Amino acid sequence: MASYRHTIDGAGQARSEADTPSSRVMRFGLDQPLRLDSGQLIAPLQIGYQTYGMLNADRSNAILVCHALTGDQHVASDNPVTGKPGWWETVVGPGKPIDTNRFFVICSNVVGGCMGSTGPASTNPETGEPYGLALPLITIPDMVRAQAMLVDALGIDQLFCVAGGSMGGMQVLQWAVAYPERVFTALPIATGPRHSSQNIAFHEVGRQAIMADPDWLAGRYLAEGTSPRKGLAVARMAAHITYMSDEGLHRKFGRNLQDRDRVAFGFDADFQIESYLRHQGLTFVERFDANSYLYVTRAMDYFDIAADYGGRLANAFMGSKTRFCIVSFTSDWLFPTVESKTVVRALNASGASVSFVEIETDRGHDAFLLDEPVLFASIRGFLSSAAAARWK
Amino acid sequence: MQPLAAPIHGELSKRLDLLVISELVEPGSRVLDVGCGDGELLTLLAETRGVEGRGIELSQAGVNQCLARGLSVIQGDADTDLVDYPDDSFDYVILSQTIQATMHPRRVLSEMLRIGRRVIVSFPNFGHWTVRTSLGFRGRMPVTENLPYSWYDTPNIHFCTIRDFVQLCRDVEAEIERAVTLNAGGTRMTLNAPWWFWNLFGQQAVFLLSHPDTPKRSG
Repeated sequence: MASYRHTIDGAGQARSEADTPSSRVMRFGLDQPLRLDSGQLIAPLQIGYQTYGMLNADRSNAILVCHALTGDQHVASDNPVTGKPGWWETVVGPGKPIDTNRFFVICSNVVGGCMGSTGPASTNPETGEPYGLALPLITIPDMVRAQAMLVDALGIDQLFCVAGGSMGGMQVLQWAVAYPERVFTALPIATGPRHSSQNIAFHEVGRQAIMADPDWLAGRYLAEGTSPRKGLAVARMAAHITYMSDEGLHRKFGRNLQDRDRVAFGFDADFQIESYLRHQGLTFVERFDANSYLYVTRAMDYFDIAADYGGRLANAFMGSKTRFCIVSFTSDWLFPTVESKTVVRALNASGASVSFVEIETDRGHDAFLLDEPVLFASIRGFLSSAAAARWK
Repeated sequence: MQPLAAPIHGELSKRLDLLVISELVEPGSRVLDVGCGDGELLTLLAETRGVEGRGIELSQAGVNQCLARGLSVIQGDADTDLVDYPDDSFDYVILSQTIQATMHPRRVLSEMLRIGRRVIVSFPNFGHWTVRTSLGFRGRMPVTENLPYSWYDTPNIHFCTIRDFVQLCRDVEAEIERAVTLNAGGTRMTLNAPWWFWNLFGQQAVFLLSHPDTPKRSG
């Protein structure tokens, strides 16, 4: 019973974050619409964001951190829904590789998200009901355009760095392409210049799981007081597998059984990995909106930088003065090293300044969120040398 | 992972080898250092010649040291990753003490000549008299302070002599603009000596190459 009550409370908290986030909020009125790639507008627009550290006098020490698919603005402080530490506290904080004693760190919830930026769970001012599927489709460039509006509103001209992993890394690349003069350094981690066919396939499985849940109600579940919990949990379980690696799973779980000595000849969670995935699914639905999951996965699917540049990625970076540091992980099969190398090759071809590190680990795609000392050393070295060049 | 730039000789002579290379590089040029290790040469070139430098390095430790030095370095492999660079994208492509550790030296050299207007290669001379002595009189593969690996665990799989390298340059139609050899003491051999002399007494060699259609440099 206790866990059931917790579920209701968690979901209630998550629900209230969509309109009234426990973070800073920037609001843009009808006169400042967000122009979307689809041609549609979002106005009014709300962006939930967090900041850490102090902006210096000439406003030159800001670092924008971009979050991944299910992340949010709470990068280095407790999450208001889960009560857990921020999602990148290993990297962002006082004395950390992205040092908040030195830099002013901004992290905003993406448009289409559910933690305080305008998304499908936000109240549509025209109807007084949640947007649901009435919200226009969002793309990665749309997310970045909204971030640029936030950065403008904060009075910051050039960001010292834009950093992020996975979908956050896509936003980093998009920033560098769309606003090259506003990005002094770019740190895209475990990402790629486009979403691969395999990745679109996994996302489609997740979306179909949500839409197959009878409680989804064609996206109107919030207005009707239901929740496609099972569909969203299955989507999360399937996706979670792609964040790890075969080797890592074997090291962590093997074929170990969960709270039993032998298999039970049934469909309970016999194996630890099953139990682990079910737990991942259950905790996820407490904090995340199913429609947001549809929107944000779609944004990733549509991402393809080269497509806008005649199929030649190098053209996207031509003349760029931004210093890039690109990081991949050996066991990441969601965004394998070859995706990062495509970007490295394009940057080389365009004559840009680029460094590339491939970190050896068996922890798969999620390695960028974990304790990876080589990652920390790379970020530290890259940022401190760039800082020396910026403020010499 | 084996380091691309194997430590094959002493600290003092290594520095001299890098100094010789740096003197061959015109100030302000664009340089790619293949197998750049911890970035020592790129740093030297940036400080003394004001070059815009890039590097490729196989080892994780080397790449991170380069990052900390503010160098733009890509973790990669000379044998596979040079194809990614456009034609004539650098003024100099440098391969310092690395060619003997590559899988396909000829292919690597050809790629370098394609990417760079000029190419600088330095390598340990396997024709040096100490090597010949070891093989000729002791009947053993040489293991010395400068060549510290046993034959079965060496990363240096393609040793060559100075004369072998000159032949390779002919095979890939590279023009030798300059050649410098250093003797065992690390001293530059400035004598206008014939190849056989260099091949016997030069412990290291540094070659400045260009492809035939590169304009000769003035002075």
